[in-house]
Amino acid sequence: MKFRSLIFANLFRKKIRLILTIGSFAIALVLFTFLAVVKSAFNRGIEIAGADRLVVVDRVGLMQLMPVSYGDKIRAIPGVKYVTHDHWFGGVYQDEKNFFPQFVIDVENHRQVYPEFIVPDDQWNNFAKDRQGAIAGANLAKRFGWKVGDRIPIKTTLYGGATWEFNLDGIYHTEKPDGDQGQFWLQWKYFDENVPNVIKSTAGWYILKLDSPDDAVRVAKAIDDKFANSSDETKTETESAFAAGFAKQFGNIEFLILTIGSVVFFTLLLVTGNTMAISVRERIGELAVLKAIGFTDRSVLFLVLGESLVISFVGGVLGLLLALILIPGISAALTGLLPPLLLSKPLLALGLVFALFVGAASGLLPGIGAMRMRVVNALRRV
Amino acid sequence: MIRVDGRSDSKSLIRVRGLNKTYTRGGEQIQVLQGLNLDVDKGDFVAFMGPSGSGKTTLLNLLGGLDVPSAGSITVDGDEITHMSGSKLTHWRARHVGFIFQMYNLIPVLTAYQNVELPLLLTKLSSSERRKHVETALGVVGLSDRMHHYPRQLSGGQEQRVTIARAIVSDPTFLLCDEPTGDLDRKSAGEIMVLIEELVGKYGKTVLMVTHDPLIAARAHTTLHLDKGVLVEAHQLEQGALAGGAA
Repeated sequence: MKFRSLIFANLFRKKIRLILTIGSFAIALVLFTFLAVVKSAFNRGIEIAGADRLVVVDRVGLMQLMPVSYGDKIRAIPGVKYVTHDHWFGGVYQDEKNFFPQFVIDVENHRQVYPEFIVPDDQWNNFAKDRQGAIAGANLAKRFGWKVGDRIPIKTTLYGGATWEFNLDGIYHTEKPDGDQGQFWLQWKYFDENVPNVIKSTAGWYILKLDSPDDAVRVAKAIDDKFANSSDETKTETESAFAAGFAKQFGNIEFLILTIGSVVFFTLLLVTGNTMAISVRERIGELAVLKAIGFTDRSVLFLVLGESLVISFVGGVLGLLLALILIPGISAALTGLLPPLLLSKPLLALGLVFALFVGAASGLLPGIGAMRMRVVNALRRV
Repeated sequence: MIRVDGRSDSKSLIRVRGLNKTYTRGGEQIQVLQGLNLDVDKGDFVAFMGPSGSGKTTLLNLLGGLDVPSAGSITVDGDEITHMSGSKLTHWRARHVGFIFQMYNLIPVLTAYQNVELPLLLTKLSSSERRKHVETALGVVGLSDRMHHYPRQLSGGQEQRVTIARAIVSDPTFLLCDEPTGDLDRKSAGEIMVLIEELVGKYGKTVLMVTHDPLIAARAHTTLHLDKGVLVEAHQLEQGALAGGAA
């Protein structure tokens, strides 16, 4: 790397400009990373969805309830291994801002369908025996400082608006550290006893585990055919399709993120490109001298690209470090509004690739200009 | 031995035959060089003079492979450079030509040492070998004690010395100097000329220099004048002037 001293000397020629350019890179990287983690958070449900799981909802919509008796009928269809059902509880803890997903679960079958949620056996057994029992995800328990044995009051915004009290019997973890550990589970039987009559003996949706993922299409059709022309027709889809549909309820997040991301990308490209173009224009005579003494066109291009890549690398790394510090705080502040924001290693790598790509792209045009410059003309300008 | 009649033998270090250079400016063709011939032997020191716009710098650019002629040929040490591709010419320049410019053209963010080292970055020399060459070159120009100074910390004469060190560090076949003293006071100019004479006399370098200053030109072995696109020797120019005066 013989040209290193030349590249670094040129970079430090205008220190304030260098700092501002690196700063704009870092800020853009923080924004890029934030958008990426938001997108990833919304897609996490899709990514972790089981290939061998189907979700059955009422054809009218997710808020429409189905009879709990559908469970046995679904279980009877060949290819279905386990069936469980969930309800949305929709409550808040102490304050409106303390919102998190609460699911009314079917204790008998939940663990068979969701083996990735790990609860110690003794805690699970206590929960199964305790009608007012509840289980919380590890992240949720950490967020509110809950421990097993605590009494948790949840004020529901549905089902009459009363405050329900639960005993925290267990804390679940997930197999993967980035799994969803923010849920709160309560027993369907306790729920069923306390809701208005119109909601009794219902399920919000069914989740079933298949003998083989290859059976998904056939089983989904068999379920929907079975309940066709009934008062509660069903819509059966894979868990990933269900999760994608659920995420879409928040609006076209993907499009929004892509739009903002594109604006960030092009703004950064223009800022850095302009900086590099000015930097090259300012020392066109020096570049001409380098070419005169034998630097090839490619070396000159390499020098300009080297400078923009160093700026983008340093700015990118700084931005990612800032993101590592800021995103957990933002995630905590937005709890309840957004799923947990997790900055994973692949996202960090993607951020760095993004930064280097912008660096290379912004240095390319001025670099090509310097490469094609005629030495004689440039020397005449000196 | 320097000749401009195109009748020298083939042993010349630099051999120029029928060199033409035409520019198009505003739709008009301007012929700067017209069938110019030149032969320069190894160790010669030649000065080119002529009025502004006579084509002195154009000739220097052509000899240094920075520009291509409209017609004619330039052969240096047996290599004809007029038909070389751009990249071949770049490599040829790195090996054979040392440039000394009027405005020094040093990189302001590099030290004297780093500026002189630049041509060596294109070679396969190791870091320690490069150091040896750079220190030698800076020693030749008398700037061993200023090697870690930046150009802004040097006087004009010292900057030009660094340029000379940069030009000689890769031991090129010949040196091209474009008004090397044009931006210097008389004393510094004299010191630079002593240095250039030393490069010719002591180290056997071949030097081709453009200058406006007759006193500076007088330090060269031969002074050639560019007149109507061709080179003429001083006595020929005087004869021409006398003939014109008589007429």
